[in-house]
Amino acid sequence: MNFLDKVRVLIWKEITSELRAKEMLSSMLVFSLLVVAFFGFALDADNNLVARVFPGILWVTLTFAGILGLNRSFVSERQNDCIHGLMLCPVDRSAIYFAKTVMNLLLMGIVEIVTIPLFFVLFNYSPPVNIGLFIFATFLGTYGFMAVGTFLSALAANTKSSEVLLPILMIPLIVPALICTVQVTKVLFMGDISTLSPGSVDSMWLFLRLLGGYGVIFTVVPVMLFDFLLEV
Amino acid sequence: MNQKNKGLDRVLAWLAFASIAVALYLVFVNAPLEKTMREVQKIFYFHVASAWIGMFSFLVVFICSIIYLNTRDSKWDIFAYTSAEIGVIFTTIVLVTGPIWARPIWNTWWTWDPRLTTTLIMWFLYLAYGRIRSSLGEEEKRARFAAVFGIISFVDVPIVFFAARWWNSMHPVVISGTQVGLAPEMKPAFFFSLAAFTVLYLYMWRTSIKTELLRAEIKTIKDNVLG
Repeated sequence: MNFLDKVRVLIWKEITSELRAKEMLSSMLVFSLLVVAFFGFALDADNNLVARVFPGILWVTLTFAGILGLNRSFVSERQNDCIHGLMLCPVDRSAIYFAKTVMNLLLMGIVEIVTIPLFFVLFNYSPPVNIGLFIFATFLGTYGFMAVGTFLSALAANTKSSEVLLPILMIPLIVPALICTVQVTKVLFMGDISTLSPGSVDSMWLFLRLLGGYGVIFTVVPVMLFDFLLEV
Repeated sequence: MNQKNKGLDRVLAWLAFASIAVALYLVFVNAPLEKTMREVQKIFYFHVASAWIGMFSFLVVFICSIIYLNTRDSKWDIFAYTSAEIGVIFTTIVLVTGPIWARPIWNTWWTWDPRLTTTLIMWFLYLAYGRIRSSLGEEEKRARFAAVFGIISFVDVPIVFFAARWWNSMHPVVISGTQVGLAPEMKPAFFFSLAAFTVLYLYMWRTSIKTELLRAEIKTIKDNVLG
């Protein structure tokens, strides 16, 4: 079995256990829907100001929903010492990390598919013209969040107060990803990029590149350090 | 602690005391008043010196964390987190003195300037580093996890800086044309402050390390006696 096959098997294990327990996805979905509605009450959705802060609201909601899911990602492995079983698998530790990351990405993907259109509906916002680019930016941003989040979730799962610790560790670390994603989203919401001023389009590409760089760095560093988190 | 180390500590303590006294003299008496900022500019000397120590101590955390993960010698863990503690204190000083200066000069307490943003996020990161330590009981695990976080957060700091710099370039410019180098008469006060704070850092670091080593020693003795 090569590395990819091993990761595939582990991802399948994650999906199976999530399908049986249904603990992460349902709470993430309900939470994000609740927050969408909550922002609607708090900010008077008809207000013009909302249009300007919309990308920020969107990403804060998704981040918090993500943290909610990440909290369970490794804590669930503590039951019956599943984590030790996982560590005994004849695979590289980074395979476990990748499998968990892909699983969290899948969950976030589902949450985003439900939440983002709902955001457009409730805040009376038209979807961006460059929808492909928007999906790509959303993917890159989510990947950045989840690559860091999955890693920290493995770290926090070992502590007594992991639910409180994870956001404290994670939020400052993902600040660059949040800034970039919000800025890219903001430009895409302004209209078709072929008609926008070259300045804002340039800045969008700049942030998109930085986001890509962030994704690469926070794939390499966790892979290098993940072994240290899963030691007995 | 042997006699030689004790002597070095004493020298460092007096050196820190004396150099900060001289730095105060240089800052308040020797250095000229800045033309437009007047007295307010005086805070700059200690502000920058604190920022330098904050950055430097986090670099020390990063290096000691890497060495700890490679050697697994608990000594390096102690080096790392004592330095992080001091770094947080000095970064707090930076975050307090900055707005005091900014209010009269920029006419605002805070702006999301890249340096300010990066410092703030750095401060949060190392507060989180402290939280990891206090939420883990087992010593070895605590050291290992803290080292991992010490490495990953130091990697994050430059990215925050770049993101904030590009982000800020899209905002209205609050800061325009400040700080064009330093007048030559101000240089002695400035560099002496940097040196004085560095000595102070070394002294504080050594003292905390000593305390922690003693604590570890007491724990070993206790464990041996109570078995």
